[in-house]
Amino acid sequence: MRADLHEALSARLLAMADDELILGHRDSEWCGHAPILEEDIAFANLALDELGHAIIWYQLYAELIGRDPETLPDELAYQRPAADFQNVRIVELPKGDWAFTLVRQYLFDVYEAVMLEKMAESQYDLLAGAAAKIRKEEIYHQRHTSAWVRRLGLGTEESHQRMQIALDSLWPEALSLFQPLPNDEVLAEAWIVPRLADAQAAWEGQVRPWLTDAGLTVPGDVHAAGKRGQHSKHLAQILDDLQEVTRLFPDNQW
Amino acid sequence: MVETMVSVKEIWRLLGEVKDPELPVVNLVEMGIVRNVALEGNSVIVTITPTFTGCPALHTMQGDIVEHLNEVGIDDVKVEVTLAPAWSTEWITEEAREKLRDFGLTPPPRHNGDFDLLLVETVACPYCGSDNTITKNNWGPTPCRAIYYCNSCQQGFELFKPL
Repeated sequence: MRADLHEALSARLLAMADDELILGHRDSEWCGHAPILEEDIAFANLALDELGHAIIWYQLYAELIGRDPETLPDELAYQRPAADFQNVRIVELPKGDWAFTLVRQYLFDVYEAVMLEKMAESQYDLLAGAAAKIRKEEIYHQRHTSAWVRRLGLGTEESHQRMQIALDSLWPEALSLFQPLPNDEVLAEAWIVPRLADAQAAWEGQVRPWLTDAGLTVPGDVHAAGKRGQHSKHLAQILDDLQEVTRLFPDNQW
Repeated sequence: MVETMVSVKEIWRLLGEVKDPELPVVNLVEMGIVRNVALEGNSVIVTITPTFTGCPALHTMQGDIVEHLNEVGIDDVKVEVTLAPAWSTEWITEEAREKLRDFGLTPPPRHNGDFDLLLVETVACPYCGSDNTITKNNWGPTPCRAIYYCNSCQQGFELFKPL
Protein backbone atom coordinates (compact mmCIF):
# COMPACT_ATOMS: atom_id res chain seq x y z
CA MET A 1 0.00 0.00 0.00
CA ARG A 2 1.16 3.55 -0.78
CA ALA A 3 2.69 5.31 2.22
CA ASP A 4 0.16 8.17 2.28
CA LEU A 5 -2.77 5.72 2.11
CA HIS A 6 -1.22 3.60 4.83
CA GLU A 7 -0.89 6.58 7.15
CA ALA A 8 -4.40 7.87 6.42
CA LEU A 9 -6.08 4.48 6.76
CA SER A 10 -4.36 3.62 10.03
CA ALA A 11 -5.47 6.97 11.50
CA ARG A 12 -9.05 6.41 10.29
CA LEU A 13 -9.23 2.83 11.66
CA LEU A 14 -7.97 3.93 15.06
CA ALA A 15 -10.55 6.73 15.16
CA MET A 16 -13.36 4.31 14.26
CA ALA A 17 -12.22 1.83 16.90
CA ASP A 18 -11.99 4.46 19.62
CA ASP A 19 -15.51 5.71 18.84
CA GLU A 20 -16.90 2.20 19.28
CA LEU A 21 -14.96 1.45 22.45
CA ILE A 22 -16.00 4.63 24.23
CA LEU A 23 -19.63 4.51 23.09
CA GLY A 24 -19.78 0.86 24.11
CA HIS A 25 -18.54 1.84 27.54
CA ARG A 26 -21.21 4.52 27.89
CA ASP A 27 -23.88 2.04 26.75
CA SER A 28 -22.70 -0.46 29.35
CA GLU A 29 -23.38 2.09 32.09
CA TRP A 30 -27.11 1.43 31.65
CA CYS A 31 -26.66 -2.18 32.72
CA GLY A 32 -28.64 -2.42 35.95
CA HIS A 33 -29.92 1.16 35.62
CA ALA A 34 -32.11 1.33 32.51
CA PRO A 35 -35.70 2.56 32.95
CA ILE A 36 -37.14 -0.88 32.16
CA LEU A 37 -35.69 -4.39 32.28
CA GLU A 38 -36.00 -4.83 28.50
CA GLU A 39 -33.74 -1.83 27.92
CA ASP A 40 -31.29 -3.05 30.51
CA ILE A 41 -30.88 -6.16 28.37
CA ALA A 42 -30.95 -4.23 25.10
CA PHE A 43 -28.25 -1.75 26.12
CA ALA A 44 -26.03 -4.46 27.58
CA ASN A 45 -26.22 -6.14 24.16
CA LEU A 46 -25.63 -2.88 22.29
CA ALA A 47 -22.55 -2.34 24.44
CA LEU A 48 -21.36 -5.86 23.61
CA ASP A 49 -21.84 -5.24 19.89
CA GLU A 50 -19.96 -1.93 19.97
CA LEU A 51 -17.08 -3.57 21.86
CA GLY A 52 -17.02 -6.36 19.28
CA HIS A 53 -16.86 -3.77 16.51
CA ALA A 54 -14.09 -1.87 18.34
CA ILE A 55 -12.02 -5.07 18.51
CA ILE A 56 -12.45 -5.64 14.78
CA TRP A 57 -11.27 -2.12 13.91
CA TYR A 58 -8.35 -2.37 16.38
CA GLN A 59 -7.37 -5.69 14.78
CA LEU A 60 -7.45 -4.24 11.27
CA TYR A 61 -5.35 -1.35 12.58
CA ALA A 62 -2.89 -3.82 14.14
CA GLU A 63 -2.57 -5.81 10.92
CA LEU A 64 -2.03 -2.64 8.92
CA ILE A 65 0.79 -1.36 11.13
CA GLY A 66 2.34 -4.81 11.56
CA ARG A 67 1.44 -5.42 15.20
CA ASP A 68 -0.12 -8.48 16.85
CA PRO A 69 -3.93 -8.31 16.41
CA GLU A 70 -4.38 -10.58 19.45
CA THR A 71 -2.66 -8.30 21.95
CA LEU A 72 -2.79 -4.78 20.52
CA PRO A 73 -6.54 -4.14 21.13
CA ASP A 74 -6.11 -4.62 24.90
CA GLU A 75 -2.97 -2.51 24.91
CA LEU A 76 -4.74 0.33 23.12
CA ALA A 77 -7.82 0.18 25.34
CA TYR A 78 -6.07 -0.17 28.67
CA GLN A 79 -2.73 1.57 28.38
CA ARG A 80 -3.25 4.82 26.51
CA PRO A 81 -3.79 8.22 28.13
CA ALA A 82 -6.88 10.24 27.16
CA ALA A 83 -4.86 12.56 24.91
CA ASP A 84 -4.00 9.64 22.58
CA PHE A 85 -7.63 8.64 21.97
CA GLN A 86 -8.97 9.65 18.57
CA ASN A 87 -12.68 9.34 19.29
CA VAL A 88 -15.11 12.12 18.60
CA ARG A 89 -16.49 13.92 21.67
CA ILE A 90 -20.13 12.86 21.27
CA VAL A 91 -19.37 9.29 22.37
CA GLU A 92 -17.62 10.29 25.60
CA LEU A 93 -20.27 12.64 27.02
CA PRO A 94 -21.96 11.29 30.18
CA LYS A 95 -24.96 9.09 29.49
CA GLY A 96 -27.36 11.78 30.71
CA ASP A 97 -31.06 10.93 30.83
CA TRP A 98 -32.76 8.28 28.71
CA ALA A 99 -33.58 10.84 26.00
CA PHE A 100 -29.94 11.92 25.72
CA THR A 101 -28.76 8.33 25.42
CA LEU A 102 -31.35 7.47 22.77
CA VAL A 103 -30.73 10.56 20.64
CA ARG A 104 -26.97 10.03 20.76
CA GLN A 105 -27.24 6.34 19.91
CA TYR A 106 -29.70 7.03 17.10
CA LEU A 107 -27.57 9.78 15.49
CA PHE A 108 -24.49 7.56 15.79
CA ASP A 109 -26.28 4.46 14.46
CA VAL A 110 -27.34 6.26 11.29
CA TYR A 111 -23.82 7.68 10.86
CA GLU A 112 -22.43 4.15 11.12
CA ALA A 113 -25.05 2.77 8.74
CA VAL A 114 -24.19 5.25 5.97
CA MET A 115 -20.43 4.78 6.46
CA LEU A 116 -20.67 0.99 6.56
CA GLU A 117 -22.84 0.82 3.46
CA LYS A 118 -20.08 2.52 1.46
CA MET A 119 -17.21 0.81 3.26
CA ALA A 120 -18.68 -2.58 2.38
CA GLU A 121 -17.54 -1.72 -1.17
CA SER A 122 -14.10 -0.47 -0.10
CA GLN A 123 -11.11 -1.16 -2.31
CA TYR A 124 -9.35 -2.40 0.84
CA ASP A 125 -10.72 -5.93 1.06
CA LEU A 126 -10.30 -6.42 4.81
CA LEU A 127 -12.25 -3.25 5.48
CA ALA A 128 -14.97 -4.23 3.01
CA GLY A 129 -15.38 -7.67 4.63
CA ALA A 130 -15.57 -6.27 8.16
CA ALA A 131 -17.97 -3.51 7.15
CA ALA A 132 -20.32 -5.99 5.47
CA LYS A 133 -20.34 -8.04 8.66
CA ILE A 134 -20.87 -5.15 11.08
CA ARG A 135 -23.50 -3.55 8.87
CA LYS A 136 -25.92 -6.43 9.32
CA GLU A 137 -25.78 -6.11 13.11
CA GLU A 138 -26.22 -2.36 12.96
CA ILE A 139 -29.56 -2.85 11.20
CA TYR A 140 -30.91 -4.08 14.54
CA HIS A 141 -29.43 -1.12 16.39
CA GLN A 142 -31.01 1.38 14.08
CA ARG A 143 -34.37 -0.34 14.20
CA HIS A 144 -34.30 -0.15 17.97
CA THR A 145 -33.14 3.43 18.44
CA SER A 146 -35.21 4.91 15.62
CA ALA A 147 -38.35 3.39 17.17
CA TRP A 148 -37.46 4.95 20.54
CA VAL A 149 -36.86 8.37 18.98
CA ARG A 150 -40.36 8.27 17.54
CA ARG A 151 -41.91 6.90 20.69
CA LEU A 152 -40.40 9.55 22.95
CA GLY A 153 -40.62 12.43 20.47
CA LEU A 154 -44.36 11.83 20.05
CA GLY A 155 -44.90 10.60 23.61
CA THR A 156 -45.77 12.79 26.57
CA GLU A 157 -45.05 16.49 26.93
CA GLU A 158 -42.15 15.64 29.21
CA SER A 159 -40.64 12.97 26.93
CA HIS A 160 -40.92 15.33 23.96
CA GLN A 161 -39.28 18.16 25.88
CA ARG A 162 -36.41 15.96 27.06
CA MET A 163 -35.85 14.72 23.51
CA GLN A 164 -35.75 18.26 22.14
CA ILE A 165 -33.25 19.35 24.82
CA ALA A 166 -31.10 16.31 24.00
CA LEU A 167 -31.25 16.98 20.27
CA ASP A 168 -30.34 20.66 20.72
CA SER A 169 -27.19 19.78 22.64
CA LEU A 170 -26.24 16.72 20.58
CA TRP A 171 -26.74 18.03 17.03
CA PRO A 172 -23.49 20.09 16.90
CA GLU A 173 -21.65 17.20 18.57
CA ALA A 174 -22.98 14.81 15.92
CA LEU A 175 -21.79 17.13 13.14
CA SER A 176 -18.26 16.60 14.47
CA LEU A 177 -18.49 13.01 13.26
CA PHE A 178 -18.11 14.40 9.75
CA GLN A 179 -15.04 16.54 10.44
CA PRO A 180 -12.34 14.85 8.36
CA LEU A 181 -8.98 13.78 9.69
CA PRO A 182 -6.04 15.59 8.03
CA ASN A 183 -5.36 12.81 5.50
CA ASP A 184 -8.88 11.50 4.86
CA GLU A 185 -9.09 12.90 1.34
CA VAL A 186 -6.63 10.38 -0.13
CA LEU A 187 -8.79 7.54 1.22
CA ALA A 188 -11.83 8.91 -0.56
CA GLU A 189 -9.90 9.34 -3.81
CA ALA A 190 -8.72 5.72 -3.60
CA TRP A 191 -12.27 4.46 -2.84
CA ILE A 192 -11.15 3.04 0.49
CA VAL A 193 -13.26 5.09 2.91
CA PRO A 194 -16.21 7.24 1.77
CA ARG A 195 -15.83 11.01 1.70
CA LEU A 196 -17.28 12.39 4.94
CA ALA A 197 -19.08 15.23 3.20
CA ASP A 198 -20.99 12.64 1.13
CA ALA A 199 -21.69 10.61 4.26
CA GLN A 200 -23.02 13.71 5.99
CA ALA A 201 -25.42 14.39 3.12
CA ALA A 202 -26.69 10.80 3.27
CA TRP A 203 -26.95 11.00 7.07
CA GLU A 204 -28.91 14.26 7.04
CA GLY A 205 -31.13 12.83 4.33
CA GLN A 206 -32.15 10.11 6.78
CA VAL A 207 -32.15 11.73 10.20
CA ARG A 208 -33.80 15.08 9.33
CA PRO A 209 -37.12 13.64 8.09
CA TRP A 210 -37.18 11.00 10.82
CA LEU A 211 -36.63 13.56 13.59
CA THR A 212 -39.20 15.91 12.06
CA ASP A 213 -41.76 13.11 11.85
CA ALA A 214 -41.03 12.42 15.52
CA GLY A 215 -42.17 15.98 16.27
CA LEU A 216 -38.65 17.29 16.91
CA THR A 217 -37.00 20.41 15.53
CA VAL A 218 -33.51 20.07 14.10
CA PRO A 219 -31.43 23.06 15.24
CA GLY A 220 -30.70 25.49 12.39
CA ASP A 221 -27.46 27.25 11.50
CA VAL A 222 -25.29 25.15 13.77
CA HIS A 223 -21.64 24.23 13.25
CA ALA A 224 -19.73 21.16 14.35
CA ALA A 225 -18.84 21.39 18.04
CA GLY A 226 -15.23 20.46 17.52
CA LYS A 227 -12.67 18.32 15.78
CA ARG A 228 -11.97 14.66 16.28
CA GLY A 229 -9.52 14.00 19.10
CA GLN A 230 -10.48 17.15 21.05
CA HIS A 231 -11.72 15.80 24.36
CA SER A 232 -13.86 16.89 27.25
CA LYS A 233 -12.87 16.13 30.84
CA HIS A 234 -15.26 13.16 30.65
CA LEU A 235 -12.93 10.95 28.62
CA ALA A 236 -10.32 10.89 31.39
CA GLN A 237 -13.09 9.93 33.81
CA ILE A 238 -14.13 7.02 31.59
CA LEU A 239 -10.54 5.83 31.41
CA ASP A 240 -10.17 6.06 35.20
CA ASP A 241 -12.97 3.52 35.32
CA LEU A 242 -12.02 1.42 32.27
CA GLN A 243 -8.30 1.26 33.09
CA GLU A 244 -8.53 1.03 36.87
CA VAL A 245 -7.57 -2.64 37.20
CA THR A 246 -4.78 -2.44 34.60
CA ARG A 247 -3.25 0.54 36.39
CA LEU A 248 -3.31 -1.33 39.70
CA PHE A 249 -2.02 -4.61 38.27
CA PRO A 250 -0.12 -3.95 35.02
CA ASP A 251 0.30 -7.01 32.78
CA ASN A 252 -1.79 -9.14 35.12
CA GLN A 253 -3.41 -12.17 33.50
CA TRP A 254 -6.89 -13.43 34.25
CA MET B 1 2.27 -35.99 17.44
CA VAL B 2 0.01 -38.36 15.61
CA GLU B 3 1.72 -40.82 13.32
CA THR B 4 -1.30 -41.57 11.17
CA MET B 5 -2.64 -38.75 9.05
CA VAL B 6 -6.18 -37.78 9.84
CA SER B 7 -8.32 -36.97 6.84
CA VAL B 8 -10.04 -33.64 6.37
CA LYS B 9 -13.32 -35.53 6.20
CA GLU B 10 -12.66 -37.11 9.60
CA ILE B 11 -11.88 -33.72 11.11
CA TRP B 12 -15.16 -32.31 9.81
CA ARG B 13 -16.90 -35.27 11.46
CA LEU B 14 -15.11 -34.58 14.75
CA LEU B 15 -15.98 -30.88 14.59
CA GLY B 16 -19.61 -31.95 14.24
CA GLU B 17 -19.29 -33.19 17.82
CA VAL B 18 -18.33 -29.75 19.19
CA LYS B 19 -21.40 -28.07 20.66
CA ASP B 20 -22.28 -24.40 20.39
CA PRO B 21 -21.41 -23.13 23.90
CA GLU B 22 -24.52 -20.92 24.09
CA LEU B 23 -26.88 -23.41 22.42
CA PRO B 24 -25.65 -26.89 23.34
CA VAL B 25 -28.36 -28.60 21.27
CA VAL B 26 -26.55 -27.72 18.03
CA ASN B 27 -22.95 -28.15 16.85
CA LEU B 28 -20.52 -25.72 15.24
CA VAL B 29 -20.68 -27.36 11.81
CA GLU B 30 -24.45 -27.35 11.38
CA MET B 31 -24.54 -23.72 12.60
CA GLY B 32 -22.27 -22.75 9.70
CA ILE B 33 -19.61 -21.49 12.09
CA VAL B 34 -16.86 -23.81 10.81
CA ARG B 35 -15.89 -22.49 7.38
CA ASN B 36 -12.85 -24.52 6.42
CA VAL B 37 -10.55 -27.34 7.46
CA ALA B 38 -7.04 -27.64 6.04
CA LEU B 39 -3.97 -29.76 6.69
CA GLU B 40 -0.58 -28.09 6.54
CA GLY B 41 2.24 -30.47 7.36
CA ASN B 42 1.34 -31.86 10.76
CA SER B 43 -0.97 -28.96 11.58
CA VAL B 44 -4.72 -28.90 11.36
CA ILE B 45 -6.05 -25.45 10.56
CA VAL B 46 -9.72 -24.85 11.32
CA THR B 47 -11.28 -21.61 10.14
CA ILE B 48 -14.36 -20.35 11.95
CA THR B 49 -16.48 -17.22 11.66
CA PRO B 50 -18.35 -15.42 14.45
CA THR B 51 -22.15 -15.28 14.40
CA PHE B 52 -22.42 -11.82 15.98
CA THR B 53 -19.07 -10.02 16.26
CA GLY B 54 -19.32 -9.17 19.94
CA CYS B 55 -20.27 -12.74 20.83
CA PRO B 56 -18.14 -13.75 23.81
CA ALA B 57 -18.63 -17.42 22.88
CA LEU B 58 -16.03 -17.07 20.10
CA HIS B 59 -13.07 -17.65 22.42
CA THR B 60 -14.85 -20.57 24.08
CA MET B 61 -15.47 -22.11 20.66
CA GLN B 62 -11.80 -21.78 19.72
CA GLY B 63 -10.82 -23.50 22.97
CA ASP B 64 -13.46 -26.21 22.61
CA ILE B 65 -12.28 -27.09 19.10
CA VAL B 66 -8.64 -27.41 20.17
CA GLU B 67 -9.61 -29.43 23.23
CA HIS B 68 -11.87 -31.83 21.33
CA LEU B 69 -9.30 -32.54 18.62
CA ASN B 70 -6.56 -32.91 21.26
CA GLU B 71 -8.68 -35.54 22.99
CA VAL B 72 -8.55 -37.81 19.95
CA GLY B 73 -4.81 -37.35 19.57
CA ILE B 74 -4.65 -34.45 17.12
CA ASP B 75 -2.18 -32.19 18.92
CA ASP B 76 -1.28 -29.47 16.49
CA VAL B 77 -4.48 -27.49 15.97
CA LYS B 78 -4.79 -23.86 14.97
CA VAL B 79 -8.15 -22.11 14.91
CA GLU B 80 -8.29 -19.04 12.70
CA VAL B 81 -11.11 -16.53 12.58
CA THR B 82 -12.43 -14.98 9.39
CA LEU B 83 -15.03 -12.23 9.02
CA ALA B 84 -15.69 -12.53 5.31
CA PRO B 85 -18.00 -13.62 3.92
CA ALA B 86 -20.16 -12.48 6.83
CA TRP B 87 -21.93 -15.29 8.67
CA SER B 88 -25.54 -15.71 7.69
CA THR B 89 -28.39 -17.56 9.38
CA GLU B 90 -29.03 -19.01 5.93
CA TRP B 91 -26.05 -21.31 6.63
CA ILE B 92 -27.82 -23.06 9.52
CA THR B 93 -28.85 -26.53 8.30
CA GLU B 94 -32.46 -27.70 8.22
CA GLU B 95 -31.69 -30.28 10.91
CA ALA B 96 -30.18 -27.64 13.21
CA ARG B 97 -33.22 -25.41 12.68
CA GLU B 98 -35.45 -28.21 13.95
CA LYS B 99 -33.19 -28.70 16.98
CA LEU B 100 -33.46 -24.98 17.77
CA ARG B 101 -37.26 -25.17 17.55
CA ASP B 102 -37.34 -28.17 19.90
CA PHE B 103 -35.15 -26.13 22.27
CA GLY B 104 -37.86 -23.43 22.37
CA LEU B 105 -36.18 -21.04 19.95
CA THR B 106 -37.94 -20.04 16.77
CA PRO B 107 -35.38 -20.62 13.99
CA PRO B 108 -34.38 -17.56 11.96
CA PRO B 109 -36.80 -16.84 9.10
CA ARG B 110 -35.38 -17.74 5.68
CA HIS B 111 -34.29 -14.81 3.51
CA ASN B 112 -31.97 -16.20 0.81
CA GLY B 113 -29.45 -13.48 1.51
CA ASP B 114 -31.96 -10.69 1.01
CA PHE B 115 -32.29 -9.68 4.64
CA ASP B 116 -35.24 -7.46 5.55
CA LEU B 117 -36.48 -6.28 8.93
CA LEU B 118 -40.03 -7.28 7.99
CA LEU B 119 -38.82 -10.81 8.74
CA VAL B 120 -38.86 -10.12 12.46
CA GLU B 121 -42.27 -8.42 12.48
CA THR B 122 -44.28 -11.63 12.24
CA VAL B 123 -42.72 -14.53 14.08
CA ALA B 124 -44.37 -17.89 14.72
CA CYS B 125 -44.43 -19.33 18.24
CA PRO B 126 -42.16 -22.42 18.46
CA TYR B 127 -44.64 -24.14 20.83
CA CYS B 128 -48.05 -23.71 19.17
CA GLY B 129 -47.15 -22.27 15.76
CA SER B 130 -49.38 -19.21 16.18
CA ASP B 131 -48.47 -15.92 14.46
CA ASN B 132 -50.27 -13.97 17.16
CA THR B 133 -47.05 -12.94 18.87
CA ILE B 134 -45.43 -9.69 20.00
CA THR B 135 -41.83 -8.53 20.35
CA LYS B 136 -40.83 -8.00 23.96
CA ASN B 137 -37.20 -7.24 23.31
CA ASN B 138 -34.92 -6.95 20.28
CA TRP B 139 -32.18 -8.67 22.30
CA GLY B 140 -32.11 -11.53 24.75
CA PRO B 141 -29.59 -13.51 26.77
CA THR B 142 -27.21 -13.28 23.78
CA PRO B 143 -27.02 -10.77 20.90
CA CYS B 144 -28.32 -13.38 18.44
CA ARG B 145 -31.65 -13.82 20.23
CA ALA B 146 -34.77 -11.68 20.67
CA ILE B 147 -37.59 -12.17 23.18
CA TYR B 148 -41.21 -12.60 22.07
CA TYR B 149 -44.51 -13.44 23.69
CA CYS B 150 -47.22 -15.66 22.23
CA ASN B 151 -50.74 -14.33 22.81
CA SER B 152 -52.28 -17.66 21.78
CA CYS B 153 -50.58 -20.07 24.17
CA GLN B 154 -49.49 -17.30 26.55
CA GLN B 155 -45.85 -18.26 26.70
CA GLY B 156 -42.69 -16.32 26.29
CA PHE B 157 -40.22 -17.60 23.71
CA GLU B 158 -37.08 -16.55 21.89
CA LEU B 159 -36.28 -15.98 18.24
CA PHE B 160 -32.90 -16.70 16.73
CA LYS B 161 -32.59 -13.44 14.81
CA PRO B 162 -32.06 -13.60 11.06
CA LEU B 163 -28.70 -12.18 9.96
